[in-house]
Amino acid sequence: MKKPLALAISAAALAFTSAALADDPKEGGVVNTIIQPEPPGLVLGMVQNAPTRTVAGNIYEGLLRYTTDLEPMPQLAESWEVSDDGRTYTFHLREGVTWHDGEAFTADDVVFSADVFHRELNPSARAVLQHVESIEATDDHTVVFTLTQPFGPFLLSFEAGTFTMVPEHLYAGTDFRNNEHNDHPIGTGPFKFDNWERGTVIELVKNEEYYEDGLPYLDGVNWHVIPDGASRAVAFENGTIDVLPSGTVENFDIPRLAEMDNVCMTEEGHEYFSPFAMLWMNNREGPTADKRFRQAVMYAMDREFAKDVLWNGLGNVPLSAFGSNARFQNDDLEPYDHNPERARELLDEMGYDGEEITILPLPYGETWTRWAEAVQQNLREVGINVETQATDVGGWNQRLGDWDYDLAFTYLYQYGDPALGISRTYLSDNIAKGSPWNNVEGYENERVDELFNEAATAFPDAEREKLYGEVQEILHEDVPVGWLMELGFPTLYRCDVQNLVTSGVGVNDGFKDAWLDR
Amino acid sequence: MVYARLIAMRLLKAVIVLFLIVIFNFLLIQMAPGDPAAILAGQAGAADQEFLNQLRERFGLDQPMYVQLWRYISGIAMLDFGYSYRLGVPVFDLIMARLPATLLLTGTAFVLSLVLGIVAGSMAAARVKKPSGSLIMALALVFYATPLFWVALMSVVVFSVYLGWLPAYGLYTVGADHTGFALMLDVAQHLVLPATTLALFFMAIYTRMTRTSMLDAAQQDYVKTARAKGLKPSIIQRRHVLRNALLPIITLAGLQAGQMVGGAILTETVFAWPGIGRLMFEALEQRDYNLLLGIFFFSAALVIVFNIITDLVYSLADPRIKKGAA
Repeated sequence: MKKPLALAISAAALAFTSAALADDPKEGGVVNTIIQPEPPGLVLGMVQNAPTRTVAGNIYEGLLRYTTDLEPMPQLAESWEVSDDGRTYTFHLREGVTWHDGEAFTADDVVFSADVFHRELNPSARAVLQHVESIEATDDHTVVFTLTQPFGPFLLSFEAGTFTMVPEHLYAGTDFRNNEHNDHPIGTGPFKFDNWERGTVIELVKNEEYYEDGLPYLDGVNWHVIPDGASRAVAFENGTIDVLPSGTVENFDIPRLAEMDNVCMTEEGHEYFSPFAMLWMNNREGPTADKRFRQAVMYAMDREFAKDVLWNGLGNVPLSAFGSNARFQNDDLEPYDHNPERARELLDEMGYDGEEITILPLPYGETWTRWAEAVQQNLREVGINVETQATDVGGWNQRLGDWDYDLAFTYLYQYGDPALGISRTYLSDNIAKGSPWNNVEGYENERVDELFNEAATAFPDAEREKLYGEVQEILHEDVPVGWLMELGFPTLYRCDVQNLVTSGVGVNDGFKDAWLDR
Repeated sequence: MVYARLIAMRLLKAVIVLFLIVIFNFLLIQMAPGDPAAILAGQAGAADQEFLNQLRERFGLDQPMYVQLWRYISGIAMLDFGYSYRLGVPVFDLIMARLPATLLLTGTAFVLSLVLGIVAGSMAAARVKKPSGSLIMALALVFYATPLFWVALMSVVVFSVYLGWLPAYGLYTVGADHTGFALMLDVAQHLVLPATTLALFFMAIYTRMTRTSMLDAAQQDYVKTARAKGLKPSIIQRRHVLRNALLPIITLAGLQAGQMVGGAILTETVFAWPGIGRLMFEALEQRDYNLLLGIFFFSAALVIVFNIITDLVYSLADPRIKKGAA
């Protein structure tokens, strides 16, 4: 008697759950998640670091969003047109959008944000703006960007993190950095800033006036600040935290957490950034200045091993300088497989005398330290005499900025297009002492400069593809840096958080569509 | 009067010491590798030269070092500790916002370790040849020798993950919006694990010290005299033995109290306790010089204050010391 009844109940429960799943999203509830490290500020455009983007991407918006295939979607711009010559972009803005303080959002805000605010404060927007001749509001809801020449990736730069829309009425004519509203960011997004208890939590609440009908579903999002990695894992384990954005727990904790009941994991939501891990190699001096040595390093490294063991099999071993999420990848190149024999041959050929070189790990946690150890091991196997030098973040910055290293780990965002996120590593006019994110390795190749510069402004895409194809061949041969991996940065979450990752920037704007099935 | 003069003299010395500490810290920090502007730019993920220059100019980092030092000292003289580079908030406000949490945590741990340590030590001294006395000492040794971070993590695993009795991190329950008594209770629950973790090590030291010190005092002639007078053993223990045994403990407690601000870095990090220790660690990592200097200044000031208090407590415990100081 007992069993059939239990069966019937569970069948009913099953039917009920699947019915609930098929149902409309539920309203209400607060999601608890983590922000690591605590951001320095929340005014996007003024600060663009990763944690700021993650939190403030729910407060601020850009003109466009991007799918996980990096196709543009409407956001503040409802529609857009590109002229046939690729030089004029017309955006039609959504009507009835208001800032969190109740003022209307208009085309003037767009002009102010792009032409004044970002030109002054935002290096990544500045890089795009050098292609822009003028920005004009033709009426309250239409903005026209005129470019000096076509710029292929232009439509990819309207994400909230790059071209954030900031309210003109609060910022125009003020000292932006000391504006009183910086403590209380005002955007157009689905969530409003509520409270920031420094060291503890950032609280966002639902924007009741949001322009998209019915959105957002959640009442709010709490971003907890927990400085210790093990403690963050515990907080997720004991249920106080619902969502672990990528990079918030150590990699070796991920498989354990992912196996817990009611925990889901996705690798989607990083297509826009697509972080690319590289080994800076000093092209200026020492053995690393020799192309054959750098090729030997590529052959010596067992990148598949690093991926499987250190990164839990997530991510992707890149063929060359262009990641798989970036456009225009040339897949005719011959991969640098793990081939110690070939590495030794190359070292013999160049007459490497065993000169000691150093390796600088990235001071961003255990996984990176272990990775450096694995690479060190690989290089020693082929006879390269290599020592590890540990530093903290400040020391690492300085050593790279001063070009005081032989090999050094790093990772850079790709931003969906070679002209936005890849060429900066190889262009010779991007060599400047003091910054650890430009052409740090000191690679100079006239032909590469030419090809990258032409490709950025070539039109249409078929033209660009040809130029980028050639540049990849040269880079593949020269190995200015070591291409380690396109990192897989998984997001872990309770399965009842529905519809979390809906765009190519993942949780950065994900809570807009998310709802809780509780 | 004697106290007033003592305090005035000590405060005067304190100001001079603080001034020297400020200069010394400033120079020391300049010697650390790493440029705050580069780190800030690094967090931005993208940086051009213009961005770096803007940052350096904004914080006065483009000025020669002596100008920076002069600006800093003249600021301090007006109690202006400058702005945090990273957070863009006045250093003074940041420290004041974080100080209560640290004082609550370390203060609780301080009292806990002192009281439990002295009680356990006295008990061990009274049961010197019994198994119970040995057990207390063995436990003290274990707590003394166990690394703090391990204790912290294990206590979280046991009490928070498995048993679910106590919260694992934070100062209060986020989103619960407790007020009044409920908030106090909530904070008290959150305080249990970090305060205990922090207290264990010092408790062990106090236990060992109290026991040794009391056994030592028990051999003194005045204790024999008291016994000969026929005083009750419990009174002898309290008035004659413990009181005299306390002096070395006060010395150590003074030192511990002085470390209250900086000593909890690890505990605050593991338990996400929003205190000064964490702030200091982050400031160091980010080369947030102004903030770091501000925290150094406050820590130094606290050490000095607690030294003065220690001296006063000394003279309460042993009236002969007051005479010496006067």
